[in-house]
Amino acid sequence: MTDLIRNTAAETAQAIAAGDVSAVEVAQAHLDRINAVDEKVHAFLHVDTDGALAAARAVDAKRAAGEELGPLAGVPLALKDVFTTKGIPTTAGSKMLEGWRPPYDATLTRRLKEAGVVILGKTNMDEFAMGSSTENSAYGPTGNPWDLSRIPGGSGGGSAAALAAYEAPLAIGTDTGGSIRQPGAVTGTVGVKPTYGSVSRYGLIAFSSSLDQGGPCARTVLDTALLHEAIAGWDPMDSTSINAPVPAVVAAARHADVKGMRVGVVKEFGGEGYQAGVMQRFNESVELLRSLGAEIVEISCPSFTYALPAYYLIAPSEASSNLARFDAMRYGLRVGDNGERSAEEVTALTREAGFGPEVKRRIMLGTYALSSGYYDAYYGSAQKVRTLISRDFDRAFGDVDVLISPTTPTTAFPIGERADDPMAMYLADLCTIPSNLAGNAAMSVPCGLAPEDNLPVGLQIIAPALADDRLYRVGAAVEAALNDKWGHPLLEEAPAL
Amino acid sequence: MPGITREEVAHLARLSRLELKSEELDHFAEQLNDIVDAVARVSEIAAEDVPPTSHPLPLTNVMRADEVRPSLTPDEVLAAAPAAEEQRFRVPQILGED
Repeated sequence: MTDLIRNTAAETAQAIAAGDVSAVEVAQAHLDRINAVDEKVHAFLHVDTDGALAAARAVDAKRAAGEELGPLAGVPLALKDVFTTKGIPTTAGSKMLEGWRPPYDATLTRRLKEAGVVILGKTNMDEFAMGSSTENSAYGPTGNPWDLSRIPGGSGGGSAAALAAYEAPLAIGTDTGGSIRQPGAVTGTVGVKPTYGSVSRYGLIAFSSSLDQGGPCARTVLDTALLHEAIAGWDPMDSTSINAPVPAVVAAARHADVKGMRVGVVKEFGGEGYQAGVMQRFNESVELLRSLGAEIVEISCPSFTYALPAYYLIAPSEASSNLARFDAMRYGLRVGDNGERSAEEVTALTREAGFGPEVKRRIMLGTYALSSGYYDAYYGSAQKVRTLISRDFDRAFGDVDVLISPTTPTTAFPIGERADDPMAMYLADLCTIPSNLAGNAAMSVPCGLAPEDNLPVGLQIIAPALADDRLYRVGAAVEAALNDKWGHPLLEEAPAL
Repeated sequence: MPGITREEVAHLARLSRLELKSEELDHFAEQLNDIVDAVARVSEIAAEDVPPTSHPLPLTNVMRADEVRPSLTPDEVLAAAPAAEEQRFRVPQILGED
């Protein structure tokens, strides 16, 4: 049974298609694993045992009937609790939505079901995806499987932890400022923020609509690519969905060759504030890519140092508007309705009770940035920075095929260390935010353990919009070379749970 | 830039429909000040001639055909309502008595 949970998604799908194992056996092995370890890890907010087994039985029935199975049919997946699932609790990590059972599936949920993917349950996250540690969940923190006293990243810490704890071979995250890539980096797993608009946001509970992007997470680059192809594509239900072919990411993941590629090292990311072991593994990755035949160029993107402040104006501004929908009238929490109070009073009491401190901070910060006296200085200036960041990317991609940097400045920090220090917490997304502001594609792939704490370090790869395939080519090359060097995947060095 | 006072947090909370507790006001004032100090840097490089970007995609007015399509039933929609009555959302009073 152990192998069933350690296999890659690609291996599992092949074994099911070949009849070596049933989808039900695979699902049961993962449900057993969740039962065994999730009390410690707390990756899941809800485990849908019946739904998972029913989906697995349907795959087995299809195979028995001789129907063709898709490339991920029967493979279990952990779904971030920010995508709606019809009839299955969806909370976005908030008390505001405790017990809510959505009446519809997100497009992404529907696509997963149509691909025969077995959804095991919903994963823990920072409330409304606001955070970098999953400590802002209203339902308690998630532990990093490498060291349960440390954060698994955020906001998608539950999804990344589920992968690293072998509770699921595939997971879904959303990335508004790094919420797929940063958890990937600190848990030694792979995560991709696809090009903005390439994965539907229909049924994704909105945080910052011009930045939010769902994406794939897995333990290997190829598995991530297989999931990417399953979820990406135009959706008429999302007016910001791109009507363009999905880049051939699976083919790219199988073509792990960087010979002749031009790789730009972002000069602004590194130095002060970056952990020594993170920079050591990053610099080794640069040399590794050079040894594999890539041409390394240093690239300066001066506006990137303004990305973090711009993001913390733009994202809260959009959030303050998006979260206005939680008004206690149509769904979700309602408190204080005693027959005397007005609707407005009930709304304010409900939002006070239903939102956690980080969500309140961001709603008020956004309200402040958008208020008439400050609009030009804050929100208006941030929008101009967004233009400058896109220009820096355009100039860089005129010269190189991809850009690289560390994914995060440090490895996983202890739970509680930055919990009440918002600015310290925000620094975790320093390197990941520019890609959200520009809407391009980016990946985090493991590149070793920091020598001082033996915790995973992520390499970030950034590609132009709609060139997501380049991430997979470079990521697969790094992964293959490092697995060769170590003799095994990085995650095998994680302590047993 | 002026600092964010306790009174200003109270005002922002009212605009944001958050019934903050008294002890939250000071704590948030301090934290919001730190954040606003840090993010105010954006104005350093936001020159007059730089156009703003509100969205990564150059989309305007994405339309769909105006036709009847299947949708949720009233029962499905109202199933999650905090209170419902006669196939409608039941809400607290919106207009005052006087």
